[in-house]
Amino acid sequence: MTVAETTDRTGWEQDGYHLVVGLEVHVELTELNTKMFSPDPISFGAEPNTMVTPVSAGLPGSLPVANAAAVEAAARLGLALNCDIAERCRFHRKNYFYPDLPKNYQISQYDVPLCSDGWLDLNVDEDETVRIGIERVHMEEDTAKSTHEGDTGRLHGADRTAIDLNRAGVPLLECVSRPDIRHPDEAQAYLRELVGIARALGISDAKMEEGSIRCDANVSVRREGEPFGTRTEIKNVNSVRSLGRAIAYEAERQVRLLQDGGEVVQETRHWDEGRGVTETLRRKETLADYRYFPDPDLVPVVHTTERVEELRATLPELPAETRQRLVAAGVAPAQAATIVDNDLTTWFDDAVDQEADAATVANWLSGDLLGQLGQAGVEPAASGLNGRHIGELVRLIDDGTLSNKLAKQVLETMVEERGERTPSAIAQQEGLEQVSDEDELQEIVDRVIADNPDTVATIRDGNEKAIGALVGQVMRETRGQADPRLTNELLRMTIHGD
Amino acid sequence: MSLVTETASGLARRIADGEVKAREVVDAHLERIEAVDGDVRAFLHVTADAARAQADEVDRRVAAGDELPPLAGVPVAIKDIFCTRGVPTTAGSKILEGWIPPYDATVVEALRAAGTISLGKVNLDEFAMGSSTENSAYADTANPWDLGRVPGGSSGGSVAAVAGLMAPLAVGTDTGGSIRQPAALTGTVGLKPTYGRVSRYGIVAFASSLDQAGPVARTVEDTALLHTAISGHDPRDSTSLPEDVGDVLQDLRKGVEGLKVGVVTELQGEGYETGVEQAFEAGLHRLESLGAEIVEVSLPHAPYGLPAYYLVAPSEASSNLARYDGTLYGLRVDASTAEEMNARTRAEGFGPEVQRRIMIGTYALSAGYFDAYYLQASKVRRLIAQDFEAAFAQADVLTSPTSPTVAFPFDSKTNDPIAMYLNDIATVPASLAGIPALSVPCGLDEQGLPVGMQLMGPLLAEGLLLRVAWAFEQEAGFDPIPRGDRAAPAPGSDDGGGS
Amino acid sequence: MPLSADEVRHVAMLARLAIDEEQVEHLASELSSILEYAEQVGEVAAAEVEPMTHPFPLENVLRPDDPRDTLDRDELLAQAPDADGNRFVVPRIVADEEDGG
Repeated sequence: MTVAETTDRTGWEQDGYHLVVGLEVHVELTELNTKMFSPDPISFGAEPNTMVTPVSAGLPGSLPVANAAAVEAAARLGLALNCDIAERCRFHRKNYFYPDLPKNYQISQYDVPLCSDGWLDLNVDEDETVRIGIERVHMEEDTAKSTHEGDTGRLHGADRTAIDLNRAGVPLLECVSRPDIRHPDEAQAYLRELVGIARALGISDAKMEEGSIRCDANVSVRREGEPFGTRTEIKNVNSVRSLGRAIAYEAERQVRLLQDGGEVVQETRHWDEGRGVTETLRRKETLADYRYFPDPDLVPVVHTTERVEELRATLPELPAETRQRLVAAGVAPAQAATIVDNDLTTWFDDAVDQEADAATVANWLSGDLLGQLGQAGVEPAASGLNGRHIGELVRLIDDGTLSNKLAKQVLETMVEERGERTPSAIAQQEGLEQVSDEDELQEIVDRVIADNPDTVATIRDGNEKAIGALVGQVMRETRGQADPRLTNELLRMTIHGD
Repeated sequence: MSLVTETASGLARRIADGEVKAREVVDAHLERIEAVDGDVRAFLHVTADAARAQADEVDRRVAAGDELPPLAGVPVAIKDIFCTRGVPTTAGSKILEGWIPPYDATVVEALRAAGTISLGKVNLDEFAMGSSTENSAYADTANPWDLGRVPGGSSGGSVAAVAGLMAPLAVGTDTGGSIRQPAALTGTVGLKPTYGRVSRYGIVAFASSLDQAGPVARTVEDTALLHTAISGHDPRDSTSLPEDVGDVLQDLRKGVEGLKVGVVTELQGEGYETGVEQAFEAGLHRLESLGAEIVEVSLPHAPYGLPAYYLVAPSEASSNLARYDGTLYGLRVDASTAEEMNARTRAEGFGPEVQRRIMIGTYALSAGYFDAYYLQASKVRRLIAQDFEAAFAQADVLTSPTSPTVAFPFDSKTNDPIAMYLNDIATVPASLAGIPALSVPCGLDEQGLPVGMQLMGPLLAEGLLLRVAWAFEQEAGFDPIPRGDRAAPAPGSDDGGGS
Repeated sequence: MPLSADEVRHVAMLARLAIDEEQVEHLASELSSILEYAEQVGEVAAAEVEPMTHPFPLENVLRPDDPRDTLDRDELLAQAPDADGNRFVVPRIVADEEDGG
């Protein structure tokens, strides 16, 4: 495995221009019980303004106290990203007025973040790994949810804005990469990997479509060997797929602009998913003046070396390690990646625990299971199914109880009834376990005929009753699970040749 | 003794002994408010019904022989900067007019737990920014010693209520001198505890790294009792000190024999009125006569205290006060856009001094100025704290006049911000260092206006300060009851409260 | 350093204070004199001094991840200048979305 040098590495290229990308990812700590600095429960989908205490509403006199679990989650994410954990860090106030910010300042970190100088290795293809630097991971609080109401539903042209404080103060980790990303595919791989790590750590559900992972991309292009070009910041990217599309679009736009003799303007651009374009959101003519200063309401957070090691010891198997383990167990690399990306590692492990074959399990998980769930529009976690179900299914195939075709039918039923019955129960109760598959039965029939030339001759001689002996043979071969009517029919047709 | 001139400790004892009813005590004080507060204007909101109901409850408990909390039935006035559930809290600002907090400050909970009965909310300079209470959006509180003069500030309502015999106890807050300076100007005792000793949770923030709540009373013992009631660790305030409060009453009467009292060279001389200096000098002699050793100490960076304070405090305030924008609570001035609504609400809702400080603080934190202003001030702050440390190696407590002047007439300083700021010149150093400091009356000037002596101690040395102050008080023989009231007690102040 | 009229306007904008044009000159001189007074801190040689943000060196004051009672929504919204029954309402926002989060 080779780790490519980042700074000079090139990737996406068009007309002599190369792409440079850095990503800022916000991870919402959805798996915690309470907010970053206040004891309000975290509950998505609750009635507006019901998950609020004086602190998250920024009421006069209220004071923040940092959530120990959020600090721990932040340090663990930092360690998973190979960061240094600051021995001593503190919280700063970032001052700006906006109606979704109850105090009109956001508690964040500034000069000394909790985690800094890490990296994330990405397998872009099977034999190449690229290392993306992580500049920092810091803790901060989320804003309230504002809804712009009016004709357009968007900010511009709205008549008024409604504010729900439930999200205000939810813990956020901001993870800033170095500008080491050179291709839209790498950006996607980076984001996918970060999502996987957050989920493996159990700190976030990391759902982009629900906003618990948010990603902004800083995009620029340059000719080979030149310093970085002027960058634009792309916002409103709502899926891994749109991240790739948005970056590719923006890179092409910048190249066209430069080729036409124009200049890239430093600005924030909005990704329009429907039209597949980025548009100017605001120009950064003057740098915003956030008047950062240490938050006097909070005290420093200190991590001793012992504490860091204690936290490191709590790190679970991370996605890269899982993929390696799966491949070592005989799973194809692409399937290993699919399993990890779809959060099916526990399913895999539970299935293999049922003494099912690893490669077959991986096949079923990455193929039929995801396919069928996708068609049904059900998330694996919400499907009612689990790894033990899949293990049992694969074992039923392994021991010949079910054919592949029947197993698919059983799986379909399982998906339909949300895992209400086990595969064996379905096979048995639905009569699916008998071998009634014509092709499969024909094979057995052919074999039985070949093995019993004397009996066959007797039958051909007109002793039709002798066929019973052959049916018995087939039944033995299928442990009594062959469909008797079909077996009879197939035997007669094969022997008499019509 | 009249119920309104009685001390808190005396009232608590008499109520517990069944000698007097809590209801009588409360009624006497409510009548006193009725009688004199039209002139003094200490109260912004009197909670008479709730106070009477609580008093009746105390009386029921006395009758039932229940165990009582230490200050059961003793009335208290609360600076209108503490959040009180269901009772309007304005911080003296128009921007919070009509706001009713949905929660109680930790201090308010503690006051209730100690058995005190709140009579209501008292006036202050808007967001505690000021030294005369003239920055209140609601009223100019008068000094009970001379109704033509200010009571000091920002806790002007708290000290006026206590000096004006409308409450034996009051809570205030002190950011740069806001308890001590008004206490000095009204002949009351005011303590600013060690930063973090009293929870800030539920106190409308001015400057978070300096704000500290504390007690005001007419005697040192009452001050100690109230301090004990409101101090302690609060997990809702990250800066609250986990250390035990200890028993500050235990050593109260131990005297000052053998203690070294350091007179701070830099906190006297130019700018201090002659009357103040004379009373202070007399005070030092009294301490000496009690057996204390007076030594001269230097706080070389103290002269930079006020400039540093006027960078640190406004910087923090500019951020703390950003939330008042007409969005979630308080005043809103309508406009067609959110931005304009915010800007107009703030221009309309904040008074001139608050706007000045917001602008100074915003500027001091802004790009390009942060290092020269906020950061440099924070470094000077460290040097001042180190000066104190060195001084406490030479003396057990330090002393200075609390305020360079006695109470001044209304409107005499309102047009000159810096002249007003200079009121805090002696109190600000202890605020920056976070150490405890108190003001104890040390006599009257030639006009008959009270002068305060400031005592400053090492971190957490409230007990020592109170002990020195108590000994001093016994010897000084200061009568905390303003002249007019000594001559002819106001109607309704008679024993029994006329109930 | 005296504040210029433009700086006063800029600071007022940052602080979201609507100021009248007639006030600007007066504010500039008033704020300048306060700043001039405060600038005395610059006379102190403090390059090597650690800035002090708290009098007491507390650290790691953290809260267990346990939820507490939330506010009653009606009580919360009763204090709002404008609300739609379950949310706070403000007039339309003109400035662009900030980097919230």
